[in-house]
Amino acid sequence: MRHLRNRLLGYVGATVLLLAGWQLLAWLVGSQALPGPVPAMEAFGRTFSGDLLPEVLVSGWRVVVSMLLGSVLAVPLGLVIGRSPRVDAVAAPLIFLTYPVPKIVFLPVLLVLFGIGSLPKIALITLIVFFQILVTARDAARAIPAGSVLSVRSLGADRAQVFRHVVVPAALPDVFTALRISTGTAIAVLFFSESIAGTDGIGFYIIDAWGRIAYNDMFAGIIAMAVLGVVLYELLELAEARVCRWARVSR
Amino acid sequence: MADVCAHGLSIAYEGVDRRVDALDGLALSVADGEPVAIIGPSGCGKSTLLLAIAGLVAPDSGELLVGGTPVTGPRLHTALILQDFGLLPWKTVAHNAGLGLEIRHVAAAERSARVAEALDRVGLAEFANAYPAELSGGMRQRLALARALALDAHLLLMDEPLSALDALTREDLQGLLLDIWRQRGHTSILVTHSIEEAIFLGRRVVVLTPRPGRVAAIVENPEMGDPGFRDTPAFYERCAELRRLLAAEGALESVQSEAPHGEASAS
Ligand SMILES: Nc1ncnc2c1ncn2[C@@H]1O[C@H](COP(=O)(O)OP(=O)(O)O)[C@@H](O)[C@H]1O
Ligand SMILES: [Mg+2]
Repeated sequence: MRHLRNRLLGYVGATVLLLAGWQLLAWLVGSQALPGPVPAMEAFGRTFSGDLLPEVLVSGWRVVVSMLLGSVLAVPLGLVIGRSPRVDAVAAPLIFLTYPVPKIVFLPVLLVLFGIGSLPKIALITLIVFFQILVTARDAARAIPAGSVLSVRSLGADRAQVFRHVVVPAALPDVFTALRISTGTAIAVLFFSESIAGTDGIGFYIIDAWGRIAYNDMFAGIIAMAVLGVVLYELLELAEARVCRWARVSR
Repeated sequence: MADVCAHGLSIAYEGVDRRVDALDGLALSVADGEPVAIIGPSGCGKSTLLLAIAGLVAPDSGELLVGGTPVTGPRLHTALILQDFGLLPWKTVAHNAGLGLEIRHVAAAERSARVAEALDRVGLAEFANAYPAELSGGMRQRLALARALALDAHLLLMDEPLSALDALTREDLQGLLLDIWRQRGHTSILVTHSIEEAIFLGRRVVVLTPRPGRVAAIVENPEMGDPGFRDTPAFYERCAELRRLLAAEGALESVQSEAPHGEASAS
């Protein structure tokens, strides 16, 4: 409970600091395009229960589905690659070749293939999250101490049991770290894909408000994007605290 | 029965650029219920020997029998304790202690009864729900021992189990290992790099040659397990004898000047 209170206090403090900085910057810049926090928050309060909420839900749904899909595909694959030298011999060069390619350049292809709805956006974010988690899961599986595996094998564990008792739990904290880092990327890509093509989502909302020169509304959208990121990040924290309780002990 | 019998045992590793012979024609037999200590120069293949007996490394040639049957994989009643204890940080103390039973599909009720008994025996009953990171080094080693006890191991293989502990904790755990052996009478093979520990816990002490490992000498140590043995002149004399043998094998390079045989050479 004390932990939760400290965390909330931390958030309140950080928000105050951010808003103060924002206000200062708005005064300094003195432009219509950068409203202060007061009109922006007003716009956020006004639009959130109105036309912004459906866009937030669409965007939230897209990013959550993509991250789930990306990790569900990448974690098992990455762990298997990391634990099997034979699979790794084939997969590692493939990963090294494809990982540095910026996946975002495939957006036009995905738009042609899947239209301008949710599908190309989900596909793109899934692709990006998939690679980040794949690389992390592979590295984590390779870094597992030989002693942990040996001791469990000496108890008679077969391959599946080694995965269940050693490989998966050992790799999970790293996977969660990678997921938390991916939230930033995922939301950036979400914004990009929604603003390039489409008729809904927060990205569309922001660009639409920009086109209407409705800067306060635009900032309401920006705030919504930020809140979406924080919520995702916190959900991951919660999930990790539940799944990797042991990792908190050793910190 | 958990006697161990090795004949002409050879094991090589395929290294990155060359073959490493770890064991070459090793012969050793350990009687059922006998406590044996193994000591030898670093890298001479002691861990490899234990892994082979545990069924985790297959011999390239030679014969290896436990309880009269060839070792083909991990055995039900063999327990292996590693230097870093082999505990899983993500499982609680009770879960770690019961892991062998869980892997062997022992029913939950029997499992928790045997785990409780084993934790009680090593003095960790209160810590059943803690994680290994919350334990001291000595307690972690007790937990590794509890796992072996829960398994009802007839053959206990230990690879430098106490080497990471401070001197006091180590002596305390040496006492516990001796107590448990006296109580259960299991076959015990202890790899150690401590001369005193080998004499304290091995009724026979096997000295290996530098890599590839073979048996260089065996020190008979019949007083092992006698009350107060550690404080007798016989104990010190036995330690001195073992030290001389090790120096002759080049295991004590840094104290070569003290070795009676100056020809001890590095390899
Ligand atoms: N997995 C492995 N791959 C390659 N070489 C190994 C491996 N394990 C051990 N060795 C080599 O085999 C030799 C014996 O190792 P080990 O049995 O661990 O010795 P000890 O336990 O006596 O120090 C050493 O030279 C070591 O470098
Ligand atoms: Mg070793």
